[in-house]
Amino acid sequence: MTTKSRTLSIKQRGLTNFESIMWIFTRLSALAMYALILFGMIGALVMGAREQMNFADVMRWAFMPNVTHVQSTEVPDLNPWSNPFWKLTASALLLVAVAHGVHGLVVIADDYITSEGGRKFVRLLSIIMMASMSLMGLYIIWTS
Amino acid sequence: MGLKRNVSLSTGLRYKGQGPMLTFILHRIGGLGMALFITIHILASFLGGKGGAFVNSIYENWVFQIVIFFCVLFHAINGLRITILDLFPKLIDHHREAIWIEWAVFIPVYSICVFVIVNTALGG
Repeated sequence: MTTKSRTLSIKQRGLTNFESIMWIFTRLSALAMYALILFGMIGALVMGAREQMNFADVMRWAFMPNVTHVQSTEVPDLNPWSNPFWKLTASALLLVAVAHGVHGLVVIADDYITSEGGRKFVRLLSIIMMASMSLMGLYIIWTS
Repeated sequence: MGLKRNVSLSTGLRYKGQGPMLTFILHRIGGLGMALFITIHILASFLGGKGGAFVNSIYENWVFQIVIFFCVLFHAINGLRITILDLFPKLIDHHREAIWIEWAVFIPVYSICVFVIVNTALGG
């Protein structure tokens, strides 16, 4: 039975402990990042990127819709690119990406650090890293 | 914690898991690469100044762009495959075919990116 658990449906598996909740979070946050990046791309095209930006700049904007990523392009008016709507989108992408990434680092570290104390230390480091990266990122987004 | 590994790291690296193992290792390398890149990028933007400008000059280098594009695209496309298979577990029966489809998507997309990056680096 245990060898087949991977093929059980999500409901039958039961998401009860923290690790299994993070397992589904990793999958769903990946989809959320796809959605947010696509959203940023479409937003850039709506705001006139077809005329003033090349594709590389559109992707740079889409991967993190922060106004500093379009400053070097020929966009005449940066105001629509730096309004709270895009700052909120960028914040959402940042927080989802940091949580996804830091949890990924913990999963990798768990493959090599197996002692209980070591794993607790990794989790402490990960919480510090997640908090500091999120705060620094939010500071950059909301002050640039 | 009852986890105990009885193989060394070098044995682990020589393990012939073929296609699925290769995607696993590349997914991990891509994830680590991105984590490193984004951490340094946020720190550089936050601190600014001369150090930040130096870091940005690395990011504009075409060799770095080829590496980071491999990390991002492989991690994204492989991650999408993992997500689809895990959310629809019946598809796991066909996981080897899914990996072939993944390469069929990744190779053309990455080739175009490398072509554009090199083309621009040579003066486009």
